[in-house]
Amino acid sequence: MSVTVLEGKNIVRDYHVGGGLFRPSRTVHAVKGVSFSVDKGKTLAIVGESGCGKSTLARIITLIDPATAGELFIDGNKVDIARDGLTKEMRRKVQIVFQNPYGSLNPRQKIGDVLGEPLLINTDTPADERRDLAMKMLKKVGLGPEHYNRYPHMFSGGQRQRIAIARALMLNPSLLVLDEPVSALDLSVQAQVLNLLADLQDEFELTYVFISHDLSVVRYIADDVMVMYYGEAVEYGSRDEVFADPKHSYTKTLFAATPRADVASIKARLAKKKAA
Amino acid sequence: MPLLEIKNLTVSFDTAAGPFMAVQGIDLSIEPREVLAIVGESGSGKSVAMLAVMGLLPNTATVKADRMAFDGVDLLELSPSERRKIVGKDISMIFQEPIASLNPCFTAGFQIEEVLRFHMGMDRAQRRARAIELMKLVGIADPEERLNSFPHQMSGGQCQRVMIAIAIACNPKLLIADEPTTALDVTIQKQILDLLVGLQAKYGMGLIMITHNMGVVAETADRVIVQYKGRKMEEADVLSLFEQPMSNYTRALLSALPENAVGDRLPTISDMLFEPAPSAAATQPATGAAP
Repeated sequence: MSVTVLEGKNIVRDYHVGGGLFRPSRTVHAVKGVSFSVDKGKTLAIVGESGCGKSTLARIITLIDPATAGELFIDGNKVDIARDGLTKEMRRKVQIVFQNPYGSLNPRQKIGDVLGEPLLINTDTPADERRDLAMKMLKKVGLGPEHYNRYPHMFSGGQRQRIAIARALMLNPSLLVLDEPVSALDLSVQAQVLNLLADLQDEFELTYVFISHDLSVVRYIADDVMVMYYGEAVEYGSRDEVFADPKHSYTKTLFAATPRADVASIKARLAKKKAA
Repeated sequence: MPLLEIKNLTVSFDTAAGPFMAVQGIDLSIEPREVLAIVGESGSGKSVAMLAVMGLLPNTATVKADRMAFDGVDLLELSPSERRKIVGKDISMIFQEPIASLNPCFTAGFQIEEVLRFHMGMDRAQRRARAIELMKLVGIADPEERLNSFPHQMSGGQCQRVMIAIAIACNPKLLIADEPTTALDVTIQKQILDLLVGLQAKYGMGLIMITHNMGVVAETADRVIVQYKGRKMEEADVLSLFEQPMSNYTRALLSALPENAVGDRLPTISDMLFEPAPSAAATQPATGAAP
């Protein structure tokens, strides 16, 4: 029996851009009525180009920004942070990993403090317990206890992204939003981080919302795929459906634009070049 | 005669912990009208090797080579002012972050015309006409309007097009593109790659493509050099590289592509038990921080 962890119904988000003395104010419709649902332990991938509203949607799901209209359910409970504010209980359920591991860690904070901070703010765990939990989490994400007292600049990009993932998992969330977690990483490091995410999902039964513009990564990690284009979900279905039979013209463009690294397409390209 | 010929290039940086060898004995040559891709992870020295060719490395770097010749001229023998006449004119380079590599204080038009003034000695009207022509060539709509735009008024893709316009302004013989599409979306990436390859074929330039994306290699290159920790691992034409990779490292790179995943786990470089040459391990104590 599958349990729905996250459900969104007709989520809308408008931004009001204030006008100046000679410019009227206007409204930007960043997300225009998007609906989705994710079951426990599954991964929903949101794909689209920059400016299509995928990160806005991520902020709404992570309860950072409220939606202008529409309903958001987390673990079956309706959440409306514009009206009720955000409780610590809610914050414990949803966590986010940002795209740029260089920008999302405080350079003056030791890794141990980075990992302890979510507990310090949201729970009343005593300090020694926080320390133990942070040590355990470091091991889970493939780092060691010797990293506890180091600063972010002492780590490589892949290691920093591991720290960001560890920080997000400190509160045992049921839902993890990953906003382009591997697009700033090298190919081999990307593979390691994707493996780590898959392992953690199995271990903690995590639900992922995975935002990306890299279709090959999406194909590897996702169960369901939603393609966004100018604030609308133009395609939504299971991974196999979307990849086997893309319906919307934008999805087709996206597939055509993804570089192909198989021998057949290289042969085709070289033959075409010779003919030209 | 090869367009660019490099033999045994070594670049080391002076650091507090002694010299760090970023590039260790790379041989490289590119023929006119050829597309060469250099692939490797960050820290493999692929950008540093090309910056050494351009003479853009900081003072802490020591560049040594048995031979570094462009079009028959030895670059190492040239005085800085003679070298500046070649760099930017006959060899030009496109960088990874388009928005960061344009000067935010000047318009796109000014930055294109600057190259034309310095290298071609054109007068104002000629420069303007050529700038508009270049903007059209790289596919910017409304070139007359866009000449007066500042970098922050344009998107990442447009900025990269302006960078390409600057790079090809003097009809270079060799264009070096350092991760030209890494900061861009897939749809824009496709457009920029098509543009680069199209221009390369149209003007018969040599093109060196530095990238870590195997997809980009497959879509553009004729010949590929795979680099790891400052050493050349493999050199092959693109088809045989993908069909039959010779070195373990190339095989590891190819199998780390998510589309090649077999089963649930992606193989990683460390899974492949890649063994570098013993001397590489001995001279590189600073790599222990790798994830």
